[in-house]
Amino acid sequence: MPEKLVLFKHIKDPNHKTVSGYESHGGYSAWRKALTSYKPEEVIAEVKESGLRGRGGAGFPTGLKWSFVPKDSPKPRYLICNADESEPGTCKDRVLLEDDPHAVIEGMAIAAYAIGAHLAFNYIRGEFDYPISVFEKAVDEAYERGHLGNDIYGSGFDLHMITHTGGGAYICGEETALINSLAGDRGMSSMKPPFPAVEGLYGCPTVVNNVETLAVLPHIINNGAAWHKSMGTEKSPGTKLFSLTGHVNRPGNYELELGTTLRELIYDIGGGIPGNRNIKAIIPGGASCPFMTPDQLDTPLDFESIAEAGSMLGSGGCIVLDDRTDIVWATYKLIKFFKHESCGKCTPCRQGTKWITQLVDGILAGKGNEEDIKKIDDICHNMLGRTICPLGDAAAMPVISVVQKFRDDFLRRIQMQSPLRMEQFAVE
Amino acid sequence: MSDPHTDNPAAESAVKTEPGKNVENGHARYEAIPGHPHIKPPGVPQAQTKILSAESIAEIQRKMVRYPVRKSAVLPALTVAYRQIGYLNDEIYEELAQITEIPKLHIAEAASFYTLFPKKPRGKYLIMVCDNISCALCGADSLIKYLEEKLQIRLGETTPDNLFTLQSAECLAGCSAAPMMQVNHAYYENLTRKKIDELIETWRREG
Repeated sequence: MPEKLVLFKHIKDPNHKTVSGYESHGGYSAWRKALTSYKPEEVIAEVKESGLRGRGGAGFPTGLKWSFVPKDSPKPRYLICNADESEPGTCKDRVLLEDDPHAVIEGMAIAAYAIGAHLAFNYIRGEFDYPISVFEKAVDEAYERGHLGNDIYGSGFDLHMITHTGGGAYICGEETALINSLAGDRGMSSMKPPFPAVEGLYGCPTVVNNVETLAVLPHIINNGAAWHKSMGTEKSPGTKLFSLTGHVNRPGNYELELGTTLRELIYDIGGGIPGNRNIKAIIPGGASCPFMTPDQLDTPLDFESIAEAGSMLGSGGCIVLDDRTDIVWATYKLIKFFKHESCGKCTPCRQGTKWITQLVDGILAGKGNEEDIKKIDDICHNMLGRTICPLGDAAAMPVISVVQKFRDDFLRRIQMQSPLRMEQFAVE
Repeated sequence: MSDPHTDNPAAESAVKTEPGKNVENGHARYEAIPGHPHIKPPGVPQAQTKILSAESIAEIQRKMVRYPVRKSAVLPALTVAYRQIGYLNDEIYEELAQITEIPKLHIAEAASFYTLFPKKPRGKYLIMVCDNISCALCGADSLIKYLEEKLQIRLGETTPDNLFTLQSAECLAGCSAAPMMQVNHAYYENLTRKKIDELIETWRREG
């Protein structure tokens, strides 16, 4: 299947990031439509009907998430856009913030209206200096045009927006950690329940949605749930942004219908592997997803098919490793990331990521033995499901898949008993 | 927590803003939000600062006033201070505590969690090369080695002239344009040795 441009339809038009350019492409018509002719519960019903699932990694149905907000709560409600994009291999939200900021604002507005929030936050990772400046400018423009502020379009509905910038912590992409960080505390995750929809920011009902999820909303309101369901697969409808990175001829961000195969993404869209090399492994949805092998290239990229194939669609960050790649080295790259980003609250995650990093590092240094493989696997299984937030699972799952699928690579490296050069790939 | 908006002891009555007024001076995002009870930032004279500039103080106060709860201003305040000074330390937390009236201990505790803010002085150009999986597959490690040789320092060190500090970074979401690095606040992508040579030369010239 070729690219299917919904979110990316105008992404290459530099004028699109201005409010006038966005409006000339029909921008803010969905926000006006939702606000003037839909009740909040009708917006929720439409999004539920559309089958939209969260694009941040978990794939949870968006409309269902909204419906958990208590209808009778006297507390204020808050909508948070999760723009703390930092899953290795994922760079799609940054494109939306930089090149289509008004779609994010419009989506945030629709979501805020649906849950009855009058204050919306965009939590953007602090390193995103340029995206932050583009987004803040877009918010100013939206206020000037009356898309935000008080009594929007004469409806009596007020909505205000704050851009909040992070401090460089992957964990803050997890919703409870994000909420704690936004409240001014250390960005550590909290036990659920209570779920944020009931008790979130400042103890008030809060919904956290990914940038891409929010950017889809204007299209669903404009074109209807049936239109959205006409794309993708039955259980994973719509399009999805994929970040294609690693050993491919044309790395980049691509929008595809869900259900497009890995082979189509890597070969038809991405132009294949440099030097016509073979693929060693694929990480289909960002660093926390189990590795896939070249015999699985015909797996459709949708939530169910990828799960059946033993991995996860995740954030859509597809990382391709060619046959030159040392798998132990790749494992080290992943686990040292999670070791660095573990917030330290749960012992299995804090210690587990550290121990695995030490063991893999030892193997790379030529000091490993066969028992280390079993130790790594044991530690991983003792992390799974034993932490407050999914970071522990995210660290363990790819490592479990690697020691299972590439055991021979580990054994070969252990038998060599000589250190591996870290810089195995050269730059021009 | 019953009503979190009144939990803030420093909370004042709602700052009323006329519709449309909040776009004055193009600072919509900094104006008080109508209808929300807001904290009123303490006036500038209360804060006796030696390090933070008047501009930084004003910016922190502008940002602070937007949040329903004062403590949310911790990260924005740290960000403003970091952008002015380039790193954070105990004296800066003390000044931020004066400006925001948030306990210093709380500010320091939060700051220690976030890796974006260096906690000691660093070179004028803080070079952070991403060495995560996507960048590493495209040669990030050899790029770091090249920079180490070029700058005659090891990862984590600063050049004797205090011009460059070299660090590795975790994923910066520049994966499709790998290898990449962040220098101070800007991203540099699709890096090659030649590009590095040109950049370093420019920065050395500019001093």
